[in-house]
Amino acid sequence: MSINNDQPDLQRRDFIGKTVLAAGAATVAPGVLLTVANAGSDEGVSSAVRWGMLIDTNKCVDGCSACVEACDKENGIDLIERPQGQSDEMWNAQRPQWIRKVKLRDTQTGEISNLPMMCQHCEHPPCVDVCPTGASFKRADGIVMVDRHICIGCRYCMMACPYKARSFIHQDIAEQLTSAPRGKGCVESCHLCANRIDAGRETTACQDACNQEGHKAILFGDLKNPDSEIARALKAQHSRQIRADLELNTGVRYTNV
Amino acid sequence: MGSLSGIRRFAGMVVGGALMLLATGAISDSAVTKGSKAAGLDTCVAPTAAMRRNHMDYLKHDRRETVHKGIRNTQYSLAECVECHAEKDSAGAYKPVNADGQFCESCHSYVAVNLTCFQCHRKTPENMSGNGTAMREGDQRQVFGLLQSVDQPLSLSRDELTRLHAKIEGN
Repeated sequence: MSINNDQPDLQRRDFIGKTVLAAGAATVAPGVLLTVANAGSDEGVSSAVRWGMLIDTNKCVDGCSACVEACDKENGIDLIERPQGQSDEMWNAQRPQWIRKVKLRDTQTGEISNLPMMCQHCEHPPCVDVCPTGASFKRADGIVMVDRHICIGCRYCMMACPYKARSFIHQDIAEQLTSAPRGKGCVESCHLCANRIDAGRETTACQDACNQEGHKAILFGDLKNPDSEIARALKAQHSRQIRADLELNTGVRYTNV
Repeated sequence: MGSLSGIRRFAGMVVGGALMLLATGAISDSAVTKGSKAAGLDTCVAPTAAMRRNHMDYLKHDRRETVHKGIRNTQYSLAECVECHAEKDSAGAYKPVNADGQFCESCHSYVAVNLTCFQCHRKTPENMSGNGTAMREGDQRQVFGLLQSVDQPLSLSRDELTRLHAKIEGN
């Protein structure tokens, strides 16, 4: 099989993983293996779910930024102040942004489409591959996030991300939300409102804002549950992953783009 | 004979009392701030002695549970520390727990340990309508709870203190 991109060979990785696992199982007593297996399903997030999003770009309205504002408010991004004396240009280039509006124009037909772009929560995230400390990680339920306790601010993940989804905090932060700690020198990005999900809620702030505006372009849910609204929508209509050629298997998908 | 033992007993009481006062003074320096919610509570989420010795390990363990496994109802949480230990100023606004003389900072500066939690984490409770002083009303006895006072002597016994010190040396 020829590989025509620079992504890791996942079949090889899978094979090595399984071989190691099998070797481990053969050397460990069956009773011990059993307790290890049980410990995994103890508590906390489970790999039985995978959170994802489906965004209908036809419904995303030009000029509307309700999702961006809601995200900024939910995650305390609006509390971040511009460093003294920083130019507009620098501030706009460097200010943290978890979700942003992107306008695409087909140069041949002139067709314009709008879409929100954020962390795509890949199954095989390049940001996790390159992280030298293990700060960038994927939760069992598919959410890709940064453990800021471990992040050293090297920004490799920002370079590795094909979606430009990550932001870096350049300045000291005076005020944070309890649910959104943030400080100078760490990278951050959309975590699909993990704090809301952990609290048992099943919507994200951007989705709520979009619904409130009446656009209903964002659908959030469990990709692995065949009865969930998002799984049914994905089954019913054609959707795309952005840069599907990278074989990252993104959790955020788009229709009509 | 009788008067001699009386004098000795009296001297012993004086020395004992002085020692006890000293001990209480030393402990109350590092105790919770008046006017914080914690001052009205009987106990922290674990025995005071254990919290004093091990709070950093508890927090470090549970932060991993929270960030990586999404378990947010852990026994130990920094948000809860702030919620209980933040003191209100005269205007009714919360003082940051890492400000001079406040709960976290006073002890950390005494032992010369950098307090870096609040470079990223919020320093005051979020709910501004919260009742900062949780002194129980209608209780005849003045409730100090975690706040150590002469009226209500150490919740930490001699044995506990000795054991803690032994542990500190052992480590």
